Amino acid sequence: MSQPDGTAQDPRDEIVEHLRPMRAFAMSLTRNSSAADDLVQDAIMKAWQNIEKFEPGTNMRAWLFTILRNTFYSNRRKAKREVADVDGAMAATLSEKPAHDGRLAFKDFEKAFAQLPDEQREALILVGATGFTYEEAAVTCGVAIGTIKSRVNRGRKHLCEMLDLGEDETMDMTDRATMAVVFEMTPPQKYCS
Amino acid sequence: MEKQEKLQREQQINENLRRVYQQVVEEEVPDRFKELLDKLKAQENSQ
Repeated sequence: MSQPDGTAQDPRDEIVEHLRPMRAFAMSLTRNSSAADDLVQDAIMKAWQNIEKFEPGTNMRAWLFTILRNTFYSNRRKAKREVADVDGAMAATLSEKPAHDGRLAFKDFEKAFAQLPDEQREALILVGATGFTYEEAAVTCGVAIGTIKSRVNRGRKHLCEMLDLGEDETMDMTDRATMAVVFEMTPPQKYCS
Repeated sequence: MEKQEKLQREQQINENLRRVYQQVVEEEVPDRFKELLDKLKAQENSQ
C-alpha cells in the first residue's frame, strides 16, 4: 500500500492521536487510573493486530473506543467479583447530601457517576462529554440509537436521584449561585484533541 | 418552568461529565504508550 510518493499509508500511524481520549474513556469505564492504562495498552495491541478490520475513512476514534469497551467487558467478565467489591467501597464513601448552594459538588458528582451501571456511565460519557453523536455512540456500543438514548436518560435520572436533585426537589435551580455555576462552567466547545 | 429546570439539570450534568472526561484528556500521556507504538512498528518493519 504505497502512495505515489513512496510513503506507506498506515492508518495505525493515526492511533497516537487518539491516546488522550482513549485514556479518558478508559478511565470512565474502569474508574482507576492504572486499570485504565492497562486497558488502553490492551486496546492498542488489539487495534494494531486487527487494523485490517478498520475501514479507512471511517471514524477511527469510534473504532478504537469500540475495541476499548469490548476489552473492558471481556476482562470484567473474568473478574466480576472484584469489581463488585469496588462498587461496594464506592457506595460507602458517597456523602449523603449535596452542597445546598444549588450546585453539584464535583466530588459528589464523581462518586455518584462511578456508581452508575457501566452501560449508563459509558452512554453518558460518550454522548455528554466526548462529542460523539447518538449514532456514533450507538455504533461504538453495538446497540440501537434508541437504546443509547434510553441509557442516557436513565443515567441522568439515576444521577439526579443520587445527588438529591429529583423532580420533587425544592431547591431553587434559578438562584444566582446556580446560574453562575451553569454559565461559568461552560467551557469553549473543545472536543478531545 | 418545570421544563426549564429539567434543562438546567441536564446542563449541569453535562458540564460535570465534560469535566470528568476533560480532566483525563488534559493529562500528559504516559511514555509507555508511545514506546509501545514504536515497538510494534519496529517489530513490523523487521519482519
